[in-house]
Amino acid sequence: MNQILEKSIFEYSRPGRAAHAQQPPASADQSVLQQIPAGLRRNERPLLPEVSELDAVRHFTRLSQLNFSIDTNFYPLGSCTMKYNPKACNQYAMLPEFLGRHPLAPESQGQGFLSCMFELQEMLKEVTGMKAVSLNPMAGAHGEFAGVAMIRAYHRARGDLARNEIIVPEAAHGTNPATATMCGCVVKEIPVDAQGDVDLEALAKAVGPNTAGIMLTNPSTLGVFERKIEQVAKLVHDAGGLLYYDGANLNAILGKVRPGDMGFDVIHMNLHKTFSTPHGGGGPGAGAVGVSARLEPFLPVPIVGREGERYRWLSEADRPQSIGRLSAFMGNAGVLLRAYIYMRMLGREGMSRVGEYATLNANYVMARLRAAGFDLGYPERRASHEFIITMKRQAKELNVTAMDIAKRLLDYGFHAPTTYFPLLVPECLLIEPTETESRETLDAFVEAMVAILGEAETDAARLKGAPYTMPVRRLDDVRAAKQLDLTWKPVNSTA
Amino acid sequence: MPFIPHTEDDVREMLATIGAASLDELFDEIPQSLRIQGLDGIPTGLSEMEVGRLMSERARLDGRPLSFLGAGAYEHHIPSAVWAITTRGEFYSAYTPYQAEASQGTLQLIYEYQTMISSLTGMEVSNASLYDGGSAVAEAALMAVRAHRKSKSLRVIIPSTVNPNYRRVALSTAGNQGLRFETVPYLRESGCLDLSALESFANQDIAALVIQQPNFFGQLEDVDALTDWAHANGMLVIAVVNPTSLALLKPPGLWGAKGADICVGEGQPLGVPLSSGGPYFGFMTTRMEYVRSMPGRIVGRTVDLDGKHGYTLTLQAREQHIRRGKATSNICTNQGLLMTAATIYMTLLGPQGLERVAEASMQRTAELVQALTAIKGVRSAFAGPRFHEAVVQLDRPAAAVLAELEQGGILGGVDLANDYPELGSALLVSATETKTCEDIERYARSMSLALQAVRAA
Repeated sequence: MNQILEKSIFEYSRPGRAAHAQQPPASADQSVLQQIPAGLRRNERPLLPEVSELDAVRHFTRLSQLNFSIDTNFYPLGSCTMKYNPKACNQYAMLPEFLGRHPLAPESQGQGFLSCMFELQEMLKEVTGMKAVSLNPMAGAHGEFAGVAMIRAYHRARGDLARNEIIVPEAAHGTNPATATMCGCVVKEIPVDAQGDVDLEALAKAVGPNTAGIMLTNPSTLGVFERKIEQVAKLVHDAGGLLYYDGANLNAILGKVRPGDMGFDVIHMNLHKTFSTPHGGGGPGAGAVGVSARLEPFLPVPIVGREGERYRWLSEADRPQSIGRLSAFMGNAGVLLRAYIYMRMLGREGMSRVGEYATLNANYVMARLRAAGFDLGYPERRASHEFIITMKRQAKELNVTAMDIAKRLLDYGFHAPTTYFPLLVPECLLIEPTETESRETLDAFVEAMVAILGEAETDAARLKGAPYTMPVRRLDDVRAAKQLDLTWKPVNSTA
Repeated sequence: MPFIPHTEDDVREMLATIGAASLDELFDEIPQSLRIQGLDGIPTGLSEMEVGRLMSERARLDGRPLSFLGAGAYEHHIPSAVWAITTRGEFYSAYTPYQAEASQGTLQLIYEYQTMISSLTGMEVSNASLYDGGSAVAEAALMAVRAHRKSKSLRVIIPSTVNPNYRRVALSTAGNQGLRFETVPYLRESGCLDLSALESFANQDIAALVIQQPNFFGQLEDVDALTDWAHANGMLVIAVVNPTSLALLKPPGLWGAKGADICVGEGQPLGVPLSSGGPYFGFMTTRMEYVRSMPGRIVGRTVDLDGKHGYTLTLQAREQHIRRGKATSNICTNQGLLMTAATIYMTLLGPQGLERVAEASMQRTAELVQALTAIKGVRSAFAGPRFHEAVVQLDRPAAAVLAELEQGGILGGVDLANDYPELGSALLVSATETKTCEDIERYARSMSLALQAVRAA
């Protein structure tokens, strides 16, 4: 990894320099500009860099080289499904006709794009066992919002106005309770038992006439399949509530079992996880939602419909009970195209293997780490596509934390697993290898973990100071939050 | 097996290490009754060559018409370097920069983005992006209600001059938390917000006024007077702006005596392709005093153990992964890659380049309006200054005229019949720096013929 820090783009800036090839010619006739009333004009130029094209290309290329990425490193990041993003998906989603198509272009100028979206909806229905799909939500949390909003709309349409409680297991992603709040619901957390399954007794006590629904991830964020899912579904349905499936871990069961068959009424899918669209350093994602028949009228619009050989948008007029529009146009269309291409390349055979090989890789790494002396979060259980190890013992005996292990892994060239999530397992690392990693990569990761455990026993201080080979060492987060420095300022600036 | 590297030997040996007899055995905790046998509804897989051919055929169906559509998404020249760098694997396939030491590239880029967009909008701080312009308006309304220290109200004014889709998204998103949106009509003469109609809300408990500049019709609002009126009546001001226009127009931070409080908008014009509506990104900037009420990720500069400067996500106590049910928003994944493209775009254009793009767009639109209104049966709907978009009214039904134009490979504008029926047959048209004089002449000629054809029909 390149250790040379890159200076700020603003430090390259020189008044009067520019990437001239990118500028339209100056207008000879300034009379149109004079139409802007003086009081509405900008008088001082914004702080944008003045650099040559080469300066810009070098700067941003160098910045890219300071990053870990799937293309350069193994990312065993639990619950994030950092699998390979095939290059074909990017290339063919970026064909000029797709890139140039205006969102409000007529349907007649979009039959190619619309046909891909319609088929994507159909394929997602098939792999999830749901009755209908909307592709609109732009990320997992956005899909969650759509899902809970639909649950609320469903109860409201039935005149069942008291149902405003969303039940969430304590191991849930933070987005689950945050989403419930966004939807104006009250959150009720319930515990899981020692084996990682939902505590049915607690659930039975939690449900009632105020229950809007339950949000579940299955396999759960503890890396195990929720074995009592059928009882959970019955309990919630009998109480008049609906079941929400958080699709964060759909990769684990793809081609093996479907949320629709488990009794879920509404699900979101993270296309940027299971269907391999890139994470992009934080986004964009795509959080398509699928529903059972009773929620279909409430799906967010627009949806792609087919009439004979023609595809068209279904909007508010077609779906009067819809929860409405969640994006100005139709969500992250380009991301959806990438997911479509990925699904077409995998096909039915390839898609059935995803869950199998993701699970094989996770159980393999789990078996090897256990043999090497690591403590598992749930030693009695099979791993799903991910599993938890806990450093609780090492924290006590060696004063080495999960964070120390995570930071030291960076020096070995591996991205850290998810740390300190789920919150109920102390000093945990949540490890998800994905199906696209080879056995050799997994072995190398295990060897790095073993080497780090050895260092922990002989030289714990070494771990405390890690990483050493990154562009920076551990950063002062407290200072970052206390002495806020959120924008670059010229050195002589007093601001 | 596409994208699965395992050999048969690998599988056998890995299963032996696990102590399982078969791949199937790894799923033995899942009730048998739930297991499926294959996915018959999915087509069989395609090689890369085959999928390439399929996608090229689909793309051809979409065509490449000459477009004068805007309404929130604008065609601009995108420098080649923007996407050549943005799609580098190190940006494209990286995760959210939670492990700061291994993500300095993305983090520094966000910090540079925050600097550029804050300066462009004239505000003090920025987040690292929201989903799109529509969802940014919704988040801004929620934030205003949170940040307003005195108002107990959940009411926000969104005038009818704000993009109708933004108003819909705001309602779908924030309505669930009980926010109520009030509307205000526009003046038929200018297409601008009716200040006297606003007066009916004076002295009421309202959290914020939303002002879009240029407004949905492309007209320039009297932002100083509107901002001062809102502040005088105890409301916060949410500015909704087009980033290109800010090369020429007064930034929201300088509106009125005190400036807007929250500024949001659609980032698409900054180097993001039209791409059927997404992925785009929403931007949001605000005053430092409201930074803790802001949703989304924020990057700060700090020092490492050796005292060396570095970048990290900060103020995370606002976010869902820490605060859970009490977070400022449920947003997690944002539109990072599009923000990356925008940062490279703003760098390559620079202050002068962005100004030239804005000027050329304004110029082309003025020429377009002039060429169209010279045709019998076409008139400009509104007087007064505008940026790079305009409403023209036709003496024949817009839908029929648009269909005629489309036959000739021209997308002539957005039909306003659904959202603004009071305007009669009306089109929202836009021309940016990508349009030449010949393009505009071609459109005008076609419009003339289209109107004749519709009259004759």
